[in-house]
Amino acid sequence: MNTEMNMEVADHSLTETKSGAGGAAALAAGIGSFALAVLAIAADQMPSLRQAMIFSRPTGPLSGVTTCACIIWLTFWIVLHLRWRNRNVAMGRIGLLSVVLLALAVLLTFPPVAELF
Amino acid sequence: MEITARGLWTLIHGMGFGGLYLLACSGVIVELRRRRTIIPDPQGADHERFLQIYLLLMAALAWLAVLTGTYLIYPWYRAVPPSGTTNLVAFPQRFLMASASTAGWHSIGMEWKEHLAWLVPIATTTAAAVSLQYGRHLRSHLQLRKTVLAFLAVSFFAAGVAGFFGAMLNKNAPVEGGKNIQILEEK
Repeated sequence: MNTEMNMEVADHSLTETKSGAGGAAALAAGIGSFALAVLAIAADQMPSLRQAMIFSRPTGPLSGVTTCACIIWLTFWIVLHLRWRNRNVAMGRIGLLSVVLLALAVLLTFPPVAELF
Repeated sequence: MEITARGLWTLIHGMGFGGLYLLACSGVIVELRRRRTIIPDPQGADHERFLQIYLLLMAALAWLAVLTGTYLIYPWYRAVPPSGTTNLVAFPQRFLMASASTAGWHSIGMEWKEHLAWLVPIATTTAAAVSLQYGRHLRSHLQLRKTVLAFLAVSFFAAGVAGFFGAMLNKNAPVEGGKNIQILEEK
């Protein structure tokens, strides 16, 4: 009886936290990853963008593509975190969307797929 | 027994940071998969702290791997030879592109690896941040825990692909040069 009561108390404390902060982190990572893939394809297709992405000459356009993707990722993370941190979000849908964006990034960075665009 | 400075950095990048990340990632996936119950265990706080530090170290390894790869080794790999150079051994990218039988290692292997690898620190930092934010409460957020697990699984795949192509690229066109470092002297 005592154990059951303790578990109930513990379970209640475990459900107190909001899912918003986690949803914000996951969705921002999905968006940042997808942005990286899109920027990589765009830089490959557009010579002017390719040139603009050279932040470090020895590394070439990869330096700009990855830096911009990280800026996009962190910006979305901060904005979404500030908006969602104190509320519950539809974590099932947001989690699925985040993982789909991440998986799309894996697929779009694969050169035979990237060359289709 | 000697190794060049560039060879040593390639070793630190791939077998050090990358290899350790892969080992750590397989471990954390098993651990998170194991945590399906929301029943708290008596040592829960200690276990959570361990997992949080573990994920933070994984994120650090992932960042070290991509940063050394992108800003240290990749410039050596893609160096452009002076015009008229016939021996391309010191210019790995050009060396691979010069032959149809090895060109794919660059056009598919390196082209994929250089972007794909960057998904690893993004996904792992997210997993570490969620673990830090939620601690033991992550057990009660089933969807969030599943998302973190999926992120780490994708990250493991990406790191594995990057590691495989890194090893094959270095086998076909090793990044060499710089100062010779003597490891052991033969008597």
